[in-house]
Amino acid sequence: MSRKAKIAVIGDNNSVMIFKVLGFYVFPIEECADIGKQIKELEHNKFSVIYITENIAAGIESIIDEYKDKSFPAIIPIPNKNGSLGIGKKGIKKNVEKAVGADIF
Amino acid sequence: MCAQIKPTRMELTRLKGRLQTAERGHKLLKDKRDEMVRRFMIYIKKNKALRDEIEDKLTEALQQFSVAESRMGEDLITEALLCPVKSTNVTVDKANIMSVDVPKLKYEESEKTTQLPYGFSFTSGELDQSVLDIAELMPLLIELAEVEKTCNLLADEIEKTRRRVNALEHVMIPETKKDIKYIMMRLEENERGTTTRLMKVKDMMLKNE
Repeated sequence: MSRKAKIAVIGDNNSVMIFKVLGFYVFPIEECADIGKQIKELEHNKFSVIYITENIAAGIESIIDEYKDKSFPAIIPIPNKNGSLGIGKKGIKKNVEKAVGADIF
Repeated sequence: MCAQIKPTRMELTRLKGRLQTAERGHKLLKDKRDEMVRRFMIYIKKNKALRDEIEDKLTEALQQFSVAESRMGEDLITEALLCPVKSTNVTVDKANIMSVDVPKLKYEESEKTTQLPYGFSFTSGELDQSVLDIAELMPLLIELAEVEKTCNLLADEIEKTRRRVNALEHVMIPETKKDIKYIMMRLEENERGTTTRLMKVKDMMLKNE
């Protein structure tokens, strides 16, 4: 039952525009206010992967956590042009702590 | 809990069956947990390596892109990037790891992607470079999405399984054992009581004769 994957990128306009050349769907967003709605809509439209820049992901961690235990969509934080804020790495650390009970990295 | 159970043989059989099931379940769940942790470790190592690589390279590409943007102006760039280099050739599927549904993303390289989607007359060299860089990063990005989601789901499931194992090991099994012991003691006690009573009755009957 494999199907074509739809991939979205959410982030500030300057950082995400370039993803258009890869054929990703780009959703530039300036404020955190309606991201929850946006993500819900994307889930409804069967997007498989949502990349989200870290500066925006920082404000909506609770929303991202909601999607943690669903197979789709996968919400992946990526750095923006100012570099990484360490949110992605924190996510890895959290996972390790959850699974093993201690941070082993 | 001891106050509520009836000290009967039927109850004893029932509890013994339950203990057996609990012990078997405990062993199975423990095995499941161990195997899941093993797989998780493989994935999480991959995840970490991928993320480190992508964060470096992506930041670089995006920085280059912002240089290009400041050189060309927003309008021109938007125009240049209107049509994609290639359509995303990613298919999505589900895989099953220890009864956890994880996404499987497959990226297929389409025709060689050296050509850029715009004319060169109004665009800067930085833009070319950043577009090429990011096109190169795409397979990695896809893989990161798959691996990271898998890690998330596995970590969740491992936590759940561990809770179940602990509940069985530290609550359910000891409690059932305690109940079984209680019933057995009560039954023995009853038996002794009956024997004593019989002996007493016999004594009384002998005296009366």
